[in-house]
Amino acid sequence: MTVSVGPHHPSTHGVLRLILELDGETITDAEAEIGFLHTGIEKHAEHLTWQQAITVLDRMDYLSPLSNNLGYVLAVEKLLGVEPPRRAQYVRVLLTELQRIASHLVWLATHALDLGAQSIYFYGFDMREGILDIFEEVSGARMNPSYFRVGGLAQDVTPGFVRMVDAYLRAFPRRMGELRAILDENPIWLARVRRTGAVTPEQALAWGLTGPNLRACGVGYDVRKAFPYSAYQEFDFEVPLGEHGDVYDRYLVRMAEMEQSARIARQALDGLPEGRYRVEDPKLSLPPKEEVRRSMEALIHHFKLVSYGFDVPAGEVYQAVESPRGEIGFYVVSDGGNRPMRVRVRPPSFYNTQAIPLIIRGHLVADMVAIIASIDPVFGEVDR
Amino acid sequence: MADELLQRLAERWPQDVELLASSPDTPVLRVRAGALKEVARFLREQGYRMLLDVGGVDYLGHRPAEERFEVVYHLLDVQERRRLRLRVPLPAQDPRLDTVSDLWPSANWAEREVFDLFGIRFEGHPNLKRILMPDDWQGHPLRKDYPLRGPERSRQPQALRSRFAPLKLGAEEDGR
Repeated sequence: MTVSVGPHHPSTHGVLRLILELDGETITDAEAEIGFLHTGIEKHAEHLTWQQAITVLDRMDYLSPLSNNLGYVLAVEKLLGVEPPRRAQYVRVLLTELQRIASHLVWLATHALDLGAQSIYFYGFDMREGILDIFEEVSGARMNPSYFRVGGLAQDVTPGFVRMVDAYLRAFPRRMGELRAILDENPIWLARVRRTGAVTPEQALAWGLTGPNLRACGVGYDVRKAFPYSAYQEFDFEVPLGEHGDVYDRYLVRMAEMEQSARIARQALDGLPEGRYRVEDPKLSLPPKEEVRRSMEALIHHFKLVSYGFDVPAGEVYQAVESPRGEIGFYVVSDGGNRPMRVRVRPPSFYNTQAIPLIIRGHLVADMVAIIASIDPVFGEVDR
Repeated sequence: MADELLQRLAERWPQDVELLASSPDTPVLRVRAGALKEVARFLREQGYRMLLDVGGVDYLGHRPAEERFEVVYHLLDVQERRRLRLRVPLPAQDPRLDTVSDLWPSANWAEREVFDLFGIRFEGHPNLKRILMPDDWQGHPLRKDYPLRGPERSRQPQALRSRFAPLKLGAEEDGR
């Protein structure tokens, strides 16, 4: 029997269509169809200035917009040969780690909900609210903050921000304990996730899996450790690994990652350097508003930056960062002008989703739900 | 280690492989389209077991027609933690290339996307059809001569079209 699941089906976590060949309840063959959320983000970025393009690229992985921001601005900074101030680097690390926690909380909440555990859905989203409040405090936006800029940050962090992060991180271990208490020894949960959807390390590498999906197989590849960026080499953290590559190990890896992220965020907050939050180059950073009112030169810089932007030397770079879903890479090509000639994004979810039909073969339809959720795809990023 | 590998590549394919000095952190190789498959197989045996990404670039207006397109491969050696980038130039007329999806299954969807958005054909691909755009779509949206708002919208009056047209501020603007 052939069954079409999706594109509008809650268990597909977005707009994914799966065409399943069934023998009874067992999936014998599967094909995935994507593209329902294609909005031409890469094309659009070519028509915006370097700084403006941040806002459209922000919207790819809508559960982790700050990872999109970070990868792109690092790529452009590499082309420019600009190093952002250390304060900006630390804030970037702090916020992307909070973002990882927020993203993993959505994964956990929806994953558990799919398998019938409803209360954890409310706990998870409630915990995520606290992080979105922090984003709102610092950037004015809860989602899609577009807060990182080429050369630093949009604005400096506030004293209120420091207090909020501190309070959040203090309460975090207790609240993680609550989440774990619901699932870690829950017999129904364990029966559904153990030995389901196992992936071998060889398969994971061949399919291009990255992030928690790869590390659950025991392959210790994390961009933050392998190719450190934005001062990650200064932070002390571990990369949790799984053994069996099944749904349960993906759960364990992500839960442990959230705890590590909180650890990194704490180090970044305690060690937050003083100083500028963006580079002092008037050709790159907007002058302070007060100066624009008084100085003719600042006004000219302001006008030029807002209307024309800045030119970036011709060249091509690839910059990868570790997003909650894996390696998100930005291959950016400049022809020397004031807008990108090409921004190619390597979306981790694209490759992770490609593996879904391959993993679910031979499983029951009910297990398909657990497997899709454990892969944690975001279709804004798959389809761009 | 990496230098030795690049040396061997240059010796084995002196005509087809060229080391570019374009990126400070990752070695970049320009590979002639005809040699791609063999070079890819060799690199996979040398430890580059992961193909992270395949992407296309359209250099219309920046390069001669014989090398208008470029397909870019991002390879990763997980064990040694090293990256490698392959750039394969292709002509404007009938751009085609051998698939590497049999070497790295991850290339399957990525090559379909390059075909969909750039119109570059991958010979030997098991299922080369559109992936992001609808099956009956005309044209390849990421080509530089494809208008941002699509061929239909671009026939609208100039006032609407110019909303997303490139800014013309400096003398250096080349009408891109």
